[in-house]
Amino acid sequence: MVTTKTTKNGGTGENPSPSSPTIPPVVKKLANFFFTVTLTFIGLTAITFIIGRVMPADPVLAIVGDRASQETYDLVYHKLGLDKPLIQQYLLYLWQILQGDLGKSIMTSRDVLDDLIRFFPATLELAPIATIIGLFLGVPMGVLAAVNQGRWIDHVVRIVGLFGYSVPIFWLGLMALLVFYARLEWLPGPGRIEVFYDGIVEHRTGIILIDSAMQGEWDIFRNAAAHLVLPSAVLATYALAYIARMTRSFMLDQLNQEFVLTARVKGLSELSVIWRHAFKNVLVQLITIIGLTYASLLEGSVLTETIFAWPGIGQYITQSLFNADMNAVIGGTVVVGIGFVGINMLSDMLYRFVDPRARV
Amino acid sequence: MTSANRPEKSTGLRAWLLSETPESIWQARCQRFYLAWLSFSSNPIAMIGLVIILTLLILAILAPVITSGDGTSLNLPNRLMPPSAEHWFGTDELGRDIFDRIIWGSRITLYIVGLVGITVVPIGLLIGTVAGYLGGWVDTVLMRFTDIFLAFPRLILALAFVSALGPGLENAVLAIALTTWSPFARIARAETLTIRNSEHILAARVQAASTSRILLYHIVPLCISSVIVRLTLDMAGIILIAAGLGFLGLGAQPPLPEWGAMISTGRQYMLDQWWVAALPGIAILTVSMGFNLLGDGLRDVLDPKSGK
Amino acid sequence: MKQQTRSFAIRPLLAGVATVAMIAAGSAIAGTPKDMLVHAKDISDTITLDPAEVFEFTGGEVVANVYDRVMMFEPEDLSKLVGGVAESFSVSDDGKTVTLKIRAGQKFHSGNPVTANDVAYSLQRVIKLKKTPSFIFTQFGWDKDNVDGLIKATGPDTVAVTINSAFSPGLLLNALSAGVGSVVDMQTVEANAKDGDMGYAWMKNHSAASGAYSVKTWKANELIMMEAHQAYRHGTPKMKRVVLRHVAEPSAQRLLLEKGDVDLARDLTPDQIKGLAGNKDIVVDDYPKAALIYLAANGTHPLLGKPDMLNALRYMVDYKGMESSFLAGQYKVHQSFWPSGLWGSLDGQAYKTDMAKAKMLAEQAGAGKGGDPIVIDTLTNPPYPDIAQSIQQSLSELGVKSEIILSEGKTLWPKYRARKHQLIVAQWSPDYVDPHSNADAFAHNPDNRLEAKLTGKPAWRTAYDDKEVTAMTEAAAAELDLVKRKQMYLDLQKKVQSSSNFVMMFQNKEQLARRANVKGYVSGANFDLVFYRNVTK
Repeated sequence: MVTTKTTKNGGTGENPSPSSPTIPPVVKKLANFFFTVTLTFIGLTAITFIIGRVMPADPVLAIVGDRASQETYDLVYHKLGLDKPLIQQYLLYLWQILQGDLGKSIMTSRDVLDDLIRFFPATLELAPIATIIGLFLGVPMGVLAAVNQGRWIDHVVRIVGLFGYSVPIFWLGLMALLVFYARLEWLPGPGRIEVFYDGIVEHRTGIILIDSAMQGEWDIFRNAAAHLVLPSAVLATYALAYIARMTRSFMLDQLNQEFVLTARVKGLSELSVIWRHAFKNVLVQLITIIGLTYASLLEGSVLTETIFAWPGIGQYITQSLFNADMNAVIGGTVVVGIGFVGINMLSDMLYRFVDPRARV
Repeated sequence: MTSANRPEKSTGLRAWLLSETPESIWQARCQRFYLAWLSFSSNPIAMIGLVIILTLLILAILAPVITSGDGTSLNLPNRLMPPSAEHWFGTDELGRDIFDRIIWGSRITLYIVGLVGITVVPIGLLIGTVAGYLGGWVDTVLMRFTDIFLAFPRLILALAFVSALGPGLENAVLAIALTTWSPFARIARAETLTIRNSEHILAARVQAASTSRILLYHIVPLCISSVIVRLTLDMAGIILIAAGLGFLGLGAQPPLPEWGAMISTGRQYMLDQWWVAALPGIAILTVSMGFNLLGDGLRDVLDPKSGK
Repeated sequence: MKQQTRSFAIRPLLAGVATVAMIAAGSAIAGTPKDMLVHAKDISDTITLDPAEVFEFTGGEVVANVYDRVMMFEPEDLSKLVGGVAESFSVSDDGKTVTLKIRAGQKFHSGNPVTANDVAYSLQRVIKLKKTPSFIFTQFGWDKDNVDGLIKATGPDTVAVTINSAFSPGLLLNALSAGVGSVVDMQTVEANAKDGDMGYAWMKNHSAASGAYSVKTWKANELIMMEAHQAYRHGTPKMKRVVLRHVAEPSAQRLLLEKGDVDLARDLTPDQIKGLAGNKDIVVDDYPKAALIYLAANGTHPLLGKPDMLNALRYMVDYKGMESSFLAGQYKVHQSFWPSGLWGSLDGQAYKTDMAKAKMLAEQAGAGKGGDPIVIDTLTNPPYPDIAQSIQQSLSELGVKSEIILSEGKTLWPKYRARKHQLIVAQWSPDYVDPHSNADAFAHNPDNRLEAKLTGKPAWRTAYDDKEVTAMTEAAAAELDLVKRKQMYLDLQKKVQSSSNFVMMFQNKEQLARRANVKGYVSGANFDLVFYRNVTK
């Protein structure tokens, strides 16, 4: 049975190309890698740049306000370099990015890079927790469903998974707030932490949980953790659904294989068959799934952050789009895009490394 | 279920559909379709999905009949009424009947789904099959191009496109199409790679069939089923992205009853008039589930080796 | 065996649920600290805190509490213009020079004393930096070359300000009460200046002021934190800290207020205010405001530019319908360009909804004969979409089809400023409290050509070109006799009301929801007449 690679791409691998005898394959691989990365980078920046310049929202007005006279407007227009030809602007921009200068944000009057560093940890906080929830709940669910295929447990798991895929995440967040914050009062509301705790914990990693734990501020830790529950739970529904489904599918694959039959015939206990033999192989494939899940959570975070007033990258990019803050939009999208590509590539490489059959 | 298990009924159509030796291509095609249908309909989950989608279609078509008005006329004295016998789902912030708006909104949902589908399938097929068949640098270039679009998280890219194009339903559709075509190209390419060296393609080549002919008549038909399955599975995602854009105010403009936009305006009234935001969400959830179930069922039928 | 598998798998599930419960149990927080005032507000419009540049609502409000201005309206009596940093003033006989006497004993947050040099520097800085609000001063004929001579310190505590245009000193004094009249700490600003930028980069997110509060932190889209000024001339404010916490969702603001997590919710909609009715811990105060919502028709549009059509618009708007439903409590009908409650305003409702009359006028103008639908542009936040939909409905009764486009301000303004719009539902707040501020915008159009690009004026944007009205505006701005001046503005408003491309519809009333224990908050007519310093809890 062919194990189809379960990456998002759906492809079954690269075209094998005839290797020339003089260049060692490792170098070729690295060169290919860098070539891909560069091309993707250029493509990413080009697309976001074009979007940024084509937008009908006016970045100059974002700075001067709508009462400005034409004179003031022209001054700022020139200062932003908008009167230069497009290609020149793009090349200038590319050059700046490579030097680590993502420009200044109109919204915050700070370097976009600084802003991103400030906002990324918030998103980074949400996504891993959502992934972990997805793992802790999804993997057991998937295994249970596969082992009990066709019975009620299987159906329950499939329906839960279905729900996770189909629910509009912003709506779920709203309903969760309504129920758990407004009506039941079990959990705190939107925001990352209560206002008067702000600024007490020194900013070391930017992740409040870690910083407060490091400094022994347990009240703050509990408060931050409480604020994390709803947004990460909402974000986790998709991760949960995806992981449960994939685990179930992998387990089914494994359980139908010959070695399982052999093991059973040999008299090994069911538990041992399931966990020690079948599941081990599934674990390997799950690693790639984790990467993909994490990457796609970046998407879900855009809407979740809006509902929960979570100051992360998703919200930053959305606000910047509305403010025609071109530098911020491009900077944010490029960074997220690179992160996305990076994670996907890592997953790819990890999978190939771990599963010898998938190596081309 | 094989024909051997069925009680013998010598009705013309059935016998024709189940005969072991088809006498024409048309009959063979019908038979394949019928057998697939039998397999599909034996799967209760898939059937539920089909029922949901069909209901959606029927409601959309019958909208003028089952509703009173087109859901866009204001009725200010009547605003924010709770669900009642007169207004099954209550009224919204401008006094419009929410049930009516949800029904009319189903047309918008179908419009989006249909338009995106019609756009991405041909594009994906075209790029994927050409890349897979021709190989070489064409393949590399096309695939890199595809990868760039795959590199973005879909919603953020769709957001960016809509911001560039301006808000509106058509622009939202275009933006969604631009962000969802890449997986289809990948699938088509993968399928093409597996079949391009198969015997009947070689035979066609020997017969001096042109490349485009080969692609169009031989390769594409074989890729279509995977692409359709993927499309149905992605439908739910497309609906959610469209709703997300509507929620952010970038999709259909008022007074159009687009479900995502309805949730967005309903947000302010959530605490006291929860039905304004809750009910459109349930609609989205239901339709989305329907497509997922349908897609699952289709995949089980058309592509069994890819795992249940 | 199956049971073992099951329990094995269920254990992580249970562990997860238990963790959540534990965390939730320890999370309930009640109330804000006694000496801290916390607002829930949408502060995403903030882009700078420099008084020479600030023009947005939130930034303007912060600047009003952080900086003292030359002339001010004080929370104790908002109707009187009194000296702020300036203790008194005198006007020369020719009406051209105003001499300010600076109050003694004032200190900046840095500890530096407030001197005449600081005042002169602050005013000159506005002109020299030439940011958007500088037009408030440039209209007095000052530019970067002559300003040092026309505004100068004539002694350690006197400053002479000479007007170089045909405007009255009354107008000047009102202008000095605007944000650009803020007095900055010259030494601190110059110490932080880079490359001779007069501290522009630094002042964006810092303060160098002598007002009741100083800016401690500004985290974009998160919060703005201010700290009390111990040596403030009116005494130390009771609230040691004031925080504007960014909450974009009105419903979230309401929840936070109900739970006591914030003291004030600033952006609640009428429906949410209604929902708070029974709550004993929350009080809703009404404050008349000066923001106006109006309809602007592009005069160059073949249909919308016709006088009959404009009059049809004036009669078709569902004033009462909107006022009593989704605008209830927060907007009232007001139909002239200068808000009611301010000196010189024209009150009364001249135009009542009359569909029959509107239809007749529209027909005369040639409406209903097909053609492209009219585009109604407006903002995405409430209540604009609702108003637009009402307008759309009214238009359809006149036989005119229309479509609505919602956009953010930064997408909408370019269209408006370039005369590319058709109908816009927009909002306008005065820049300073003098009728000339709005007259300049809505009535004054000295050059209607497209090339003139008077993009700061709605009159120009809508191609409202009336030479008589323009002349009336200029005359009123120069009039020295207050009684005559007031009458001129009443006449001007009547004329604009019946002949312009504008349909003034509503005036804002702020409904502020606060915790019952919060007292002393003052909110005046203009967006920057908001004062924190008298608040007690």
